[in-house]
Amino acid sequence: MNKYKVDVVVIGSGAAGLASAVEAKKAELSVLIIERDHELGGITLQCIHNGFGLKEFEEELTGPEYIQRFINEVKELKIPYLLDTMVFEINKDKYLYAVNKQEGLIEVEAKAIILAMGCRERTRGAINIPGFRPSGIYTAGQAQRFVNIEGYLPGNTFVILGSGDIGMIMARRLTWEGCKVKAVVEILPYVSGLLRNQVQCLEDYEIPLITNYTVTKIHGRDRIKGVTISKVDRNFDRIVGSEKFIECDTLLLSVGLIPENELTLQAGVELSKNGGPVVDNNLETSVEGIFACGNVLQVHDLVDLVTAEAKRTGKVAAEYVKSRYDKEIKARETIKLVSGDNVNYVKPDLINKNDLSNDIIFTFRVSYPDRRVLIQFKDEENSIIYKRKKIYVIPSEMVELSINLEKQGIKPDCKTITVEVIPRPEVLIEED
Amino acid sequence: MIFDVIVIGGGVIGCCIARTLSKYDLNICLIEKEADIANGTTKGNSGVVHAGYGAPREHTRRQFCIKGNKLYTQAVEELNFPFQRIGSFVVAVEDNQIKFLEEERKRGIEDGIPGLELILDKERIKYMEPNLTNDVIGVLHAPTAGIVSPYEMTFALAENAVINGVKFFLNAKVKKITHQDYLFKLKTKAGEFQGRNVINAAGLYAAKISKMVGLDYFELMPRKGEYILFDRNAMHLNKVLFPIPTKVSKGILVCPTIHGNTFVGPNAQNITDKKDISTTEAGLKEIIEGGRQLVPNLPLRASIKNFAGLRAVPDTYDFVIDNTDVYGFINVAGILSPGLTSCYAIAERVEEYLELIGVELKTKDDYNPIRPKPERFKDFSKEQLDGKIKEDPAWARIICRCEMIPEKEIVDAIHNPVGAKTVDGIKFRCRPGMGRCGGGFCRPRVIEILSRELGITYQEVTKRGEDTYFLIGKTKDIQLRNIEEGVKE
Repeated sequence: MNKYKVDVVVIGSGAAGLASAVEAKKAELSVLIIERDHELGGITLQCIHNGFGLKEFEEELTGPEYIQRFINEVKELKIPYLLDTMVFEINKDKYLYAVNKQEGLIEVEAKAIILAMGCRERTRGAINIPGFRPSGIYTAGQAQRFVNIEGYLPGNTFVILGSGDIGMIMARRLTWEGCKVKAVVEILPYVSGLLRNQVQCLEDYEIPLITNYTVTKIHGRDRIKGVTISKVDRNFDRIVGSEKFIECDTLLLSVGLIPENELTLQAGVELSKNGGPVVDNNLETSVEGIFACGNVLQVHDLVDLVTAEAKRTGKVAAEYVKSRYDKEIKARETIKLVSGDNVNYVKPDLINKNDLSNDIIFTFRVSYPDRRVLIQFKDEENSIIYKRKKIYVIPSEMVELSINLEKQGIKPDCKTITVEVIPRPEVLIEED
Repeated sequence: MIFDVIVIGGGVIGCCIARTLSKYDLNICLIEKEADIANGTTKGNSGVVHAGYGAPREHTRRQFCIKGNKLYTQAVEELNFPFQRIGSFVVAVEDNQIKFLEEERKRGIEDGIPGLELILDKERIKYMEPNLTNDVIGVLHAPTAGIVSPYEMTFALAENAVINGVKFFLNAKVKKITHQDYLFKLKTKAGEFQGRNVINAAGLYAAKISKMVGLDYFELMPRKGEYILFDRNAMHLNKVLFPIPTKVSKGILVCPTIHGNTFVGPNAQNITDKKDISTTEAGLKEIIEGGRQLVPNLPLRASIKNFAGLRAVPDTYDFVIDNTDVYGFINVAGILSPGLTSCYAIAERVEEYLELIGVELKTKDDYNPIRPKPERFKDFSKEQLDGKIKEDPAWARIICRCEMIPEKEIVDAIHNPVGAKTVDGIKFRCRPGMGRCGGGFCRPRVIEILSRELGITYQEVTKRGEDTYFLIGKTKDIQLRNIEEGVKE
């Protein structure tokens, strides 16, 4: 068995893993990156479209161009990494076990662990579409891998269920390949991905977007022959009589992403409602010394946001190794964050009371779109700690706020903060 | 070559018969119409080994089931397939149902079913199965009931049969059977087969096969059962949970699988199309509602798959296992529930029938009843794993992350005596694609391995044979074709 002993071990070498590893290394710690694929970069490598880096580099890059900058940095800093290596166990003493072909079984003893495994796609099974089980049904990301990495086409004529970003990007990509994308079908009244993708990937190519519809049956015993789509009511129940048949030989699913929580759970880390781990404002999970960032924590809109979050995580993990590791820590006093009206989830889940004087970054998503809203942070006695107007909110855009709670006059004995997004009272609208 | 025995059908029944007969000095082959064995009723099955109380006394299937259940103990020892006797509950929620359970228990004990117990202590019931509805007032506990992976058992049976000399032929749909002078000639898609005895274990198509030799005395009706499978860890069940049975079926159960998942289903829908394994909106609703009667908090958010299977229901509602008037032609048809439980007892009956018609059953000296347990990454200790990787580095390349399946297990599944040739073949043998990501991560890698090991292109790799291809060609193929055909951009 090969043994490694490092300050920080990072699991995953996508945008989150690489940026957090670089920060930890810059803090002069020993770092090890573990990647399950045969090269560094993660899913960003198959995202060959542009639109990356506008925030981070103020340049428009493709996925591989964006990630290469971090790969270069990892190499310049001589951060060691293991490829084709799968972590299969993390225990609470922060021993981590992995396997690869060259070294066999690997044991890593680390002072801090950064979880950066990304997310996975929801499947047909997760949304329970009835019908046959033919070949020709792919998640959008899987089709993206086939086309962009392996160089194969999964079909000729497509229906795409769900208007997530990967789905819309694949609609354009497949059109470029000469495939026919017959429709993008979305159960919601609006697209679930970014507006820019709706314009640049669907509208520019005249690909029909059918909202308020979903796939209600899959046809074809061997290869898929088509789908029945049906209109849905407000409760997403099928409206009888609204069925339409669309012929296709491939169905792509772009129906949501879920944090990859296999290892997170295995490490004994508590999960929150969104599927990612419960974290405090230092992005530390319920297990001391285990941190999480990127899509394993919460699914982000843009890779640039992942990078920013990962940099923070790299820094706090380094801080932990330097100042808190090996020290007896008194039970932390925390404030709990609660999702209120029209808030799907909010990160962090907990705030350390010691950090109230710092600027804390909050990220959340709303459950449904709304215009002219008020974002409010309230304590358990309903006193408002923080409020802010926003012109519109939509579920596909994560809201990020940096707030100094002490400056906002939070009560010292505050136990919970409820975050809510509510329609603005009339008075405020007039002030606009 | 003239075979002593030709078994038609590579489901659990056909494979079990082939394996049982493989201990004798006989030339045996098994022919299957699909690209893989265990591809029909065997794979769309609850995987429950029943204790034996369910079927009416006037049906032979009751005795087959009771005997078959007992035979599992030896079969597991020899074949090393996943099986556990976890016990079952038939759940009563109304006072008048208790009487029925008491009668079932009495009948069961008289017929030799061990350990049947009527439990009326609600606290004890809930302790034994905490997820059960609070409406429960009593259960019939059958400790000998178990759960099994029906397809993995079938693969085990087939592998062992091959080791002992049985020849398997896939993609060999029978088109015509002629017989004269005690010789059967079977015209199939894979050529002609000649044999002295034919065992018809063709599942849903057994009546059709029987008619090919002029035996038209039963009909089979496909009855569809739909299922929803839940993720591992979504819910833990200790027992197989049945409602009070209806006239048609044992009802919609909520049940753990041998791999730690749970499922709800099946319903029972009589249909006409023997290929209709589609799930329906109404059917899925029906099983969810049915399952909630037993377990109110079904983990619907953790559903990972829905599927349907077809049972072959005979017009007599009982197994059709006959030494027929056509000498040497044995029907093993209409194997509805509890067919999976009964398979070892059914195979013994076929042995008796063959003996009866004068087939010499002489045990071979070199018969090996043992099919070794497939080596699994998951079962190794860390020290063992280290050694295994040094032996073969393919143990260290994890292909399926949900189920932790390394390349080695997949390569072994391909080069097994009854090897996988398709993506589903691999999925059912060693589980990549069975997990929560539904193959999202592993599928491109499984296609790569199949292509490499079988020497076929990516486009030739299929889900389960015939038209179930995955990829239509390489990128730019369509554009190049368009250019060649002179289509303007």
